[in-house]
Amino acid sequence: MIYFIIRRLAVSIPTLLILIILSFILMYSAPGGPFTSERPLPPQVLANIQAKYGLDDPLWKQIWDYTYGIIFNFDFGPSFRYKDRSVNDIIAQGFPVTLTYGTWSFIVAVFFGCSLGIIAAIRQNSWLDYFAVGVSIGAQVLPNFVLAPILVLVFTLLLGWLPGGGWNGGQWQCIVMPVIALSTSYMASIARLMRSSMLEVLNSNFIRTAKAKGLPVKLIIFRHALKPSLLPVISYLGPAFVGMITGSVVIDLYFSTGGIGLHFVNGALNRDYSTIMGITILVGILTITFNLIVDILYAWIDPKIRY
Amino acid sequence: MFLKNNKNNSLFNNINNLDYIEGRSLFDDARRRFLLNKAAMISLLLLTLIVLFSFIGPFFSQWTNEEIDWNALGNIATLGKPSISTGHFFGTDELGRDLYSRVLQGSQISLMVGFVGALIAVVVGTIYGTIAGYFGGKVDSIMMRIVDVLMSIPYMFVLIILMVIFERSVILLFIGIGLISWLDMARIVRGQTLSLKNKEFIEASIAIGVKNYIIIVKHIVPNLLGIVAVYATLLIPGMIITESFISFLGLGVQEPLTSWGALISEGARTMQYGTLWQLLFPLSFFIVSLFCFYFIGDGLRDALDPKDR
Repeated sequence: MIYFIIRRLAVSIPTLLILIILSFILMYSAPGGPFTSERPLPPQVLANIQAKYGLDDPLWKQIWDYTYGIIFNFDFGPSFRYKDRSVNDIIAQGFPVTLTYGTWSFIVAVFFGCSLGIIAAIRQNSWLDYFAVGVSIGAQVLPNFVLAPILVLVFTLLLGWLPGGGWNGGQWQCIVMPVIALSTSYMASIARLMRSSMLEVLNSNFIRTAKAKGLPVKLIIFRHALKPSLLPVISYLGPAFVGMITGSVVIDLYFSTGGIGLHFVNGALNRDYSTIMGITILVGILTITFNLIVDILYAWIDPKIRY
Repeated sequence: MFLKNNKNNSLFNNINNLDYIEGRSLFDDARRRFLLNKAAMISLLLLTLIVLFSFIGPFFSQWTNEEIDWNALGNIATLGKPSISTGHFFGTDELGRDLYSRVLQGSQISLMVGFVGALIAVVVGTIYGTIAGYFGGKVDSIMMRIVDVLMSIPYMFVLIILMVIFERSVILLFIGIGLISWLDMARIVRGQTLSLKNKEFIEASIAIGVKNYIIIVKHIVPNLLGIVAVYATLLIPGMIITESFISFLGLGVQEPLTSWGALISEGARTMQYGTLWQLLFPLSFFIVSLFCFYFIGDGLRDALDPKDR
């Protein structure tokens, strides 16, 4: 087990380095530096600014400084657009918001997805089953950027129940729609996975034995069938997490919640390279860490995997 | 003797006259099953109509996608409504441009991105996957590690960085989406190749000294076609969603060109002014097409998967 974790870490760290270096080189090779504006600056001023941000160093030194800053000081450097803010400030402001509704969405998706899948599998071919399958097909063609306008249309414009956006320090009315928009498609995927793996487990021999012994259905489901049927769901959690982080860009933009997604899009539109790089790398770190956790969890639960 | 000869003759005649029974190949079976699948057939029909419409429809429009209707501008909510008499079949957008021609033009882009992305995925993924799977060993583990590394990079973000740093263009969008799309395909193809390469017919080819690349092209790739086709159909909607996502953020194709994502985003922004058609027309095109792709993909999978017979 320890060996497995070490080996996975040995893959994760180079991946992270590749991501950092790749995005730095992309930025470096961009036509027009971050300080090219419509009115050209006098050469001395430009040279001074470049010296301040270290842009006149050779490429390898810039990469080294940037990487060193991230790894050892968790410092993503200054924002090229806003002189009084560093990328760290921007992240510190936006990340708690993203984390709040992201965590809620994750919980909602996993809980309701699993429940729906289990119920559909137990009552196979009943109306509940058809309902669950229907919902999961429907949710597949409703990605968050389509769902978000529809939700606002229904709940804000037609019914007037919920505010159409804003954050208000995390009031629950402001969290509801982002969570629904973000979690629905993942809930549907989890429900489908759960249903098919539960059906497979329920048809296996050890469940038949358990039934033959006369165990109550509840006990069979929760003690015997649940654990093996959770495996495919767990392996899906990694991609689901990545999808939610990515989806948060749409949520922030549409519901004006003010998470990191908003800063990412603004940075992209303003060519604020250091901000978008910082956020990309942060998301990369999160993704890689989360995938690592999921892999370890998988190896821990599945007795068939021996590393 | 005579009798026996007679018997032989009749047997011979019998065999001769026996109607030739055509063998049923995997693909014949699959086609039959696919044709019986109502949802898939209706989706196929609908999708064909949408594709044809998006390419033929613009000829019936009185407005191009760039022209601004100055009469409607300023009072879009009443004058820009969908109507036959003004020539705006789907109404106008908030700048007074004809939504009918914009939706059709956006459909062309979105569908094209879907097909091109899937095509890149099929070509690159199949080549990469078969090479990794067929040669195995060190080659395989290095190639698959590379795929693992690429998979754990947050691609949507890198793609957006690409679009920001280099000029936004349809070509770059194609390349960027193509870069992501082949990874899953490579994994699937590799898995299939691994199980194929230990079959007897491959062993026989190796034994009689057929060259590696000929084995791959002649024997392995044709056997992969079924599964590749299924995943390609399921990939297309994924590509369309990716493109629409980027366009929704305003980072996709550049005006006056548009796509479903950009149109949905515009419609969503203006819906509180009572111009709902600006959201509903592109949205319904988007949803109906995606439904069709998923049903066709599911139908193909059911048709080609020997397990579900």
